[in-house]
Amino acid sequence: MVNYGIAILLLPLMAFVVQIFIGKRLPRNGDWISVGAVALTLCLSLAMFGVMLVKYDPEFSVDETWTWFDLGSLQVQIGILIDNVTVVMLLVVSLVSTLVHVYSTAYMEGDLRYSRYFAFLSLFTFSMNGIVLANNLLGIYIFWELVGLSSYLLIGHWFEKDSASDAAKKAFLVNRVGDIGMFIGIMLFFTATGSFLFRDVFAGVESGLLSTEILTVAGLCLFAGAIGKSAQFPLHVWLPDAMEGPTPVSALIHAATMVAAGVYLSFRLFPIFTPTALTVIAYIGGFTAIFAAIIAVTQNDIKKVLAYSTVSQLGYMILAVGVGAYTYGLFHLVTHAAFKAGLFLCSGSVIHAMHHAYHELHDHESDPQDMRNMGGMRDKMKTTFLTMLICTVALSGVPFTSGFLSKDAILAGTLSFTMHHPEHFLLVLFGFGAALLTAFYMFRLIFMTFYGEPVRREVYDNIHESPSAMTAPLVTLATLSFFLFFTLPYFNPFSDHGWFTVLIDARDSVVPGHLNLTAHEIAEGMHHAHTPAMLLSILIAFSGIGLAVLMYLQKRISADDIAAKLSLPYKLSLNKFFVDETYQRYLINPSLILARMIAFFDWEIYDKYIVNGFGKVTEWFSRVVGIRWDYDILDQQIVDGVGRTTGFFSARLRLIQTGKVQNYLVWVLAGVIMIYVFQAI
Amino acid sequence: MVDLNTYLVIGALLFSLGLFGVITRRNGVAVLMGVELILNAANVNFVAFARFGGMDLSGHVFSLFVIILAAAEAAVALAIILNIYNNMGTINIDEADQLKQ
Amino acid sequence: MSGQLIIFWIVTLVTVLSAATVVFSKNLIYSAVALLFTLLGVAGLYVFLWADFIAVTQILIYVGGILVLIIFGIMLTHRITSVRLSHSSMQRGVGGAIVLVIFVGLTSMIFRAPWYRVAAVEPQETVRQIGRLLMIDYLLPFEVASVLLLVALMGAALLSRKVD
Repeated sequence: MVNYGIAILLLPLMAFVVQIFIGKRLPRNGDWISVGAVALTLCLSLAMFGVMLVKYDPEFSVDETWTWFDLGSLQVQIGILIDNVTVVMLLVVSLVSTLVHVYSTAYMEGDLRYSRYFAFLSLFTFSMNGIVLANNLLGIYIFWELVGLSSYLLIGHWFEKDSASDAAKKAFLVNRVGDIGMFIGIMLFFTATGSFLFRDVFAGVESGLLSTEILTVAGLCLFAGAIGKSAQFPLHVWLPDAMEGPTPVSALIHAATMVAAGVYLSFRLFPIFTPTALTVIAYIGGFTAIFAAIIAVTQNDIKKVLAYSTVSQLGYMILAVGVGAYTYGLFHLVTHAAFKAGLFLCSGSVIHAMHHAYHELHDHESDPQDMRNMGGMRDKMKTTFLTMLICTVALSGVPFTSGFLSKDAILAGTLSFTMHHPEHFLLVLFGFGAALLTAFYMFRLIFMTFYGEPVRREVYDNIHESPSAMTAPLVTLATLSFFLFFTLPYFNPFSDHGWFTVLIDARDSVVPGHLNLTAHEIAEGMHHAHTPAMLLSILIAFSGIGLAVLMYLQKRISADDIAAKLSLPYKLSLNKFFVDETYQRYLINPSLILARMIAFFDWEIYDKYIVNGFGKVTEWFSRVVGIRWDYDILDQQIVDGVGRTTGFFSARLRLIQTGKVQNYLVWVLAGVIMIYVFQAI
Repeated sequence: MVDLNTYLVIGALLFSLGLFGVITRRNGVAVLMGVELILNAANVNFVAFARFGGMDLSGHVFSLFVIILAAAEAAVALAIILNIYNNMGTINIDEADQLKQ
Repeated sequence: MSGQLIIFWIVTLVTVLSAATVVFSKNLIYSAVALLFTLLGVAGLYVFLWADFIAVTQILIYVGGILVLIIFGIMLTHRITSVRLSHSSMQRGVGGAIVLVIFVGLTSMIFRAPWYRVAAVEPQETVRQIGRLLMIDYLLPFEVASVLLLVALMGAALLSRKVD
């Protein structure tokens, strides 16, 4: 099993290495390498999945640990954990990644940096698998950063566009903010328990190594990473901007997998969150859900609607973790991966068609992503329309879909939580309110894009269905949006009882103290709330759809009228509640001013006077030493002086050599006298 | 009787005069004469010591040798002086200063 | 003051005055004659010192040989005008001073030094004894002196040949 895991991990990495270095020189720019590698990982994941189903053991877990470095007092171990959750996640990642790879061969055809794109897709797959396979906080952190890097590289794929490169930077930096908190959390746990491994951390928490306060803080710090990665409020701002990247990237990273990493982490770490932390988590998730849904209602760019929808749905998953129904959060993650990726790929198909149509008309100004330029597409793009409709229905929570089951479970969990803690009634409002809005804005999207009269006839004429490389994944994902695949071996569309809920079992919390957080207690609570929640959610879903029909299909209620009447809410929603602007004004601009001040100080003062001053002093000093001392004094006076003195004396002394013997004799005698005198003395 | 010291002083006197002659005289032959004076002074010393200082007749033998040497040296010196005269036309040894720097 | 002493001092005087003449005379011939008297005076001193053989040798060789040689040299190298041209060189002052210092030094040394004195006996048969010494104790120097004489002879002959 572990070998499969390692193979799954390394195949995309090898594809990345090959692709990035020699991809351009291979036929078809080497896309078959990436596609082949990820398809292989899919096969391996399927194999693992099959083994899991055969075993059918909720307690299945394989944990392989190696010592990374051993410094005596500090031992760091890393390893791989494979249990049912891992298998499911690996399957999700590989499947969506493979579909996106195939889709991209058509979508990105003719792109300038085709092979680089596929290389980074492979890098991402490798990193995401790494997160899923890790059994320790350090490993997760490493791969966490790697997915952030891959996201940055892929969002900025068309980096000649300023908006794209800015969005990539924004994504990375906002993620970083969350990652700081996560790192602090990791180190808090490491300091307390001495290890990064999950099992050691859990054991440490269980034995009470951390006080409740510290545990809450540490848990929330770790959750901060999830806030960043899963685009929860207030770190959600990067996700809508990330739509600058190619649509397949949005589908893979910003819908199905990377953003799900935060949920996955919260899932894994549920046992160590204190009730306080969980409440905070629940509120963050719930608030994000409703907040993003409100914004999605007024957006006109098709991808932005889907982006805010993703934020909202992630909020749901986090909410699930907060209220204790965390396995259903993971359930929603899996179902959402399928239909959200499907939605994105469908929108990509539409955008692709629009783009070509504009290209034919030599129109480079109109935005192919603006829904107000679309209309009536359903006749021309039948497959795209049908698959998109199915995915939308799943997202809205209509019965017979997988989305209905997962969303319903979360709402049941929220309801049960509020029944036990009536003071948190807001959570219910958030949850159901978001569900209502979700149904509404998704069908709005469908009606604006596929129904009604086309805005421009000539554009409409040039619309074609997308090639099969693009439509095949759409069909696959739409198919997976049905309930059946998750309820096997049972066939009840209204019950989520199936292989998933059996095999993905909830664990008891290991936070010390009787906190009513055991899996049993949570499940029991949900049982009571299940039916009311289901009925309520069906009602809400249809209400939302109905409203959308009224406003956008039959145009009985004018959207503009409502916008005018509710002008303030409309403006707030349209402008994303001015969150970005607030950040810019109160966080970014002051930082820039500070940066400019420091730069001024550094450049004008430090560089000019101190650094250059050093240079000048050195120059002056070297001149003095070199010229004045060395040349003038040392060389001229001393060295030459010796020579001159010698010359002087020799010119005179040589006169002794008169050539006359008698003179020499006199000198000899003088010498003799000298000796005589000195001897006497 | 005359003491050793007297003879030694006589010898010193002769020596000094001879030295002065060697240093001072310009004529080569005159220099040679000065040299002979010096040698004679040495001889006087030797013989004086032979008489007073317990050298017995070894002093005489030394003195003999000195005389022999003086003869040889005089012969050679005069040969040189003749050569100088033939080459330079004069025996003013001040003019024999080819080694002058 | 015995007669011996008087004669001694006369001989000494002659010797010293002649030596001075040798050195100070401007006339070369005068110098040569003065040298003759100096040598004779020295011979006399030898007699006073019981060195009869040496005295005779002195006269024979020094006067008879060397002095004659010197006079020949004078004769062969004179010019009509220059035979008198024997001015002292300019080193007179310095040379005189040095010589004076040396003489003073020597004299002071002579009077200060504790000479080893032995009461001597007038030797008999000096010739025989000297001969014996030459042949037995000082044979080597004797032979060397012979070789030296030979060499000097050859050298002088070589030096004074006419170059054709």
